[in-house]
Amino acid sequence: MNQIKIQNLSKDYFEVKALKKININITEGSLFGILGPNGAGKTTLLRTLATLISPDEGTIKINDIDVVKEPRKIRELIGYVAQEIALDKILTGRELLDFQADLYHIDQSNKLERIELLINQLDMQNWIDRKCGTYSGGMKRRIDLAAGLLHLPKVLILDEPTVGLDIESRNIIWGLLNDLKKDGMTIILSSHYLDEIDKLADTVVIINDGKIIDQGNPTQLKNKFGGDRIILKVREFSDSHESEKVKKILEKIDGISQIVINASQGYSLNFIADRDKDLITKLKVELAYSKFKIFSLSQSQPSLDDVYLQATGKTLQDAELYMTGKRDLKKESKQSMR
Amino acid sequence: MKIQQYNLLFLYQETAALTKRLFIQLKRRPSTFFAGILQPIIWLFLFGALFANAPKDFLPGVDSYGNFLGAGLIVFTAFSGALNSGLPLMFDREFGFLNRLLVAPLASRLSIVLSSFFYITILSFVQSLAIMFISFLLGYGFPNIYGLGVVFATLILLVLFVTSISLCLAFVLPGHIELIALIFVVNLPLLFASTALAPISFMPSWLGWLASFNPLTFAIEPIRIAYSSNFNLDLIALNAPYGDLTCRNCISLLFLLTILSLVIIRPLLNKKLT
Ligand SMILES: Nc1ncnc2c1ncn2[C@@H]1O[C@H](COP(=O)(O)OP(=O)(O)O)[C@@H](O)[C@H]1O
Ligand SMILES: [Mg+2]
Repeated sequence: MNQIKIQNLSKDYFEVKALKKININITEGSLFGILGPNGAGKTTLLRTLATLISPDEGTIKINDIDVVKEPRKIRELIGYVAQEIALDKILTGRELLDFQADLYHIDQSNKLERIELLINQLDMQNWIDRKCGTYSGGMKRRIDLAAGLLHLPKVLILDEPTVGLDIESRNIIWGLLNDLKKDGMTIILSSHYLDEIDKLADTVVIINDGKIIDQGNPTQLKNKFGGDRIILKVREFSDSHESEKVKKILEKIDGISQIVINASQGYSLNFIADRDKDLITKLKVELAYSKFKIFSLSQSQPSLDDVYLQATGKTLQDAELYMTGKRDLKKESKQSMR
Repeated sequence: MKIQQYNLLFLYQETAALTKRLFIQLKRRPSTFFAGILQPIIWLFLFGALFANAPKDFLPGVDSYGNFLGAGLIVFTAFSGALNSGLPLMFDREFGFLNRLLVAPLASRLSIVLSSFFYITILSFVQSLAIMFISFLLGYGFPNIYGLGVVFATLILLVLFVTSISLCLAFVLPGHIELIALIFVVNLPLLFASTALAPISFMPSWLGWLASFNPLTFAIEPIRIAYSSNFNLDLIALNAPYGDLTCRNCISLLFLLTILSLVIIRPLLNKKLT
């Protein structure tokens, strides 16, 4: 059953169009991944879901409750763990959880039990009574996640929960998410890590520049390519002219499809090759005939990145690197200050 | 911000939690609290010494300058505390902690305002009592029970008035630097343009007019009167250029100002907190 229905959702920050007519349905009890590079609009989408910002256009309903019209009911249903972790440095982890429990009106008898359980689940016993100001990034993430889970939300919203985490913290969080899913909680998780989404998500939506590129089950999305991902370089650093020529040659070969020139990686050629034919040999012959050498050629299973590459001409990683330096996060956080 | 009956328990729970957090912060960072007591006491010594020889006839109803000054310092302490009450909220906005409150299903976001108000009120009561006690030790007397009631009632009104303005500013101004700058600019001039340090009869007429419209004056004068042994609400508290005000008049004016400020800021808080 579709528990969350997002229809025609748009949001602008002045001249920046952060979300452009997004449509998403999320099934109850599933883990829904939102994959996209920095600046794609993931945080904006999740903040809208969490009632923190109101959309310019479109509607969001959770359990048939409208997010804009009845925000308080929505807040009872959801747990939101923001991308920027904001803890009170001076409180201990336990005091923070206690505080949070009161904000969610958990009654005294359940409160201690819930807090104790989460401390165990997230393995926080050793440092829960230290002040939050002394925590490492991984500890902060775990306590913040615990805070979001205290009231057993029906829908858990996580904005890039494992960015920059140590392996231990990441594994603990992944483990907990799997357990929560088994208990029937709907989880929405944004990430720019392919492997995270690939490993955890039942359904994924790939977004770029405020628009949906594709959505579906990760395996289905990858299988759409029906072949192997090949990355070919005729020289270490080629140029657009040369790679266009090579592209022409490739286009003529039967069984090669979806050719993309990746300018940010030395004009390498990325394409999908059918598995059943002996295409590589054929390819080598054709290139040699046109006097091209092969500098490198790698063959791999298609990943979600190929879906992204296919639509944008860039890999997720390149897009991420490109945007990271460009955003003025200070200015943005000032502007989104409530 | 309509509060439904069944939500009252929730409102209590969340307000208590928010207030408790402020007190934990205070306990672990008590320096501003003690500075808030120390500063007026230093002033009491310094100003008391500075004006020890001021002609007593100019000071209405008291027998020494230290005696005169006490009320002004109590009010100033409460005022400064209340004026600063927006700062924690501003930091919560800047660090994103406020989002934690905004995504929570609070029964009413009024609890954010209420908790600040409780916190500052209790704080200024404790600080005022400390100042009153020390000035008592210095031989400046102590109000009787009735007078004490007036002191605290006046402080509550002042704190409510100033806290609501400060919380509002914490939402309107872009950041803590601007808020601190504003507090800095407003704080001392308002003190000097009130009857905290000198009676109106001391002042040039323009300053006298200013002081007699200053809300601090409306708080200071009843407290000053509260110290007198024959205290009653109908004693003349202020010889304003526009006429004499009784203690009751001053408190009523303060009450009106408080109501007015609450009415004015309500729509703004509503907007910022929904
Ligand atoms: N408060 C803001 N003011 C102006 N622009 C913003 C603000 N927040 C986000 N943006 C812009 O909106 C776009 C989407 O941002 P965001 O939702 O944070 O993406 P993501 O979480 O995927 O990195 C970006 O181009 C970003 O620069
Ligand atoms: Mg983001």
